[in-house]
Amino acid sequence: MAGLFKPARHGGASLTLDPVEVSILRNLSVQMLELLGPGDEPDDDEDPLARLFAEGPSKAPEDPALARLFPDAYGEDEDDAAELSAEFRRFTENDLRDRKREDALAVVRSLDAADADRKGRSQVQLDKDGCTHWLGALNDLRLTLGSRLEVSDDPDEAEGMYRLSDDDPRKPLMMAYLWLGGLQETLIEVIAR
Amino acid sequence: MSVAPVEIERTEGDTSSQEAPSPDNPWVTIVHNDPVNLMSYVEYVFQSYFGYPKDKARRLMMDVHHKGRAAVSSGSREEMERDVQAMHGYGLWATLQHDR
Repeated sequence: MAGLFKPARHGGASLTLDPVEVSILRNLSVQMLELLGPGDEPDDDEDPLARLFAEGPSKAPEDPALARLFPDAYGEDEDDAAELSAEFRRFTENDLRDRKREDALAVVRSLDAADADRKGRSQVQLDKDGCTHWLGALNDLRLTLGSRLEVSDDPDEAEGMYRLSDDDPRKPLMMAYLWLGGLQETLIEVIAR
Repeated sequence: MSVAPVEIERTEGDTSSQEAPSPDNPWVTIVHNDPVNLMSYVEYVFQSYFGYPKDKARRLMMDVHHKGRAAVSSGSREEMERDVQAMHGYGLWATLQHDR
């Protein structure tokens, strides 16, 4: 079936996507880049070293999806957890955002670089590095959609999410969420071979 | 679809510590359960980042799944900050705390 990963030569992976699937995945990745925000590129006249020492934010993001992507580092039971988490965040969050941005960008780039077959479907080819970027990007997308959909811990509620009616506004997002799960699962199978 | 993802359900549970506590390793990295991450992915992360054998990675993943959280590494505060940062890089929900 289309839309799932298969093993390729030299430890890589391949994926065949129809134009609708390409469009969904590309749009979601671009939205992820928008959610993550622009990188702090130094101005031309700014000291390039300044970026190395630039501090990140000390407060957790208010957006629930971003808060899940960038969680607090210290357990709540720890004394001074809030202060310690804030300090940790100042020194790590920028790097983490850069990495997630690179993962999402890698997805967009490989979709754009994919050759079309005679049926107009895109043949996505990933090398080992590409697989790692895609694995991260797919996980970030699922965490974000899961947060937007309020995917629940409660088994009854979770069951309901799988049976949304066609006119439920959450249905398209839920379909995308499940498809991304299949993509990620098959990519893990390829990588773990 | 035969590859329908199995979601990790959050279960309320007690803490569990896989790593034997040691006076030299007073901090632990805790991975918490969440309803989104795939079980296969969590197992993959434990294998590829910590270099744990498949059995151990799977056992820790199942602890996270059933008990709601598991201690996945122990060491100095600096080492655990590094592990937590790496877990966040993979998209796992992780925190560090004193071992107790």
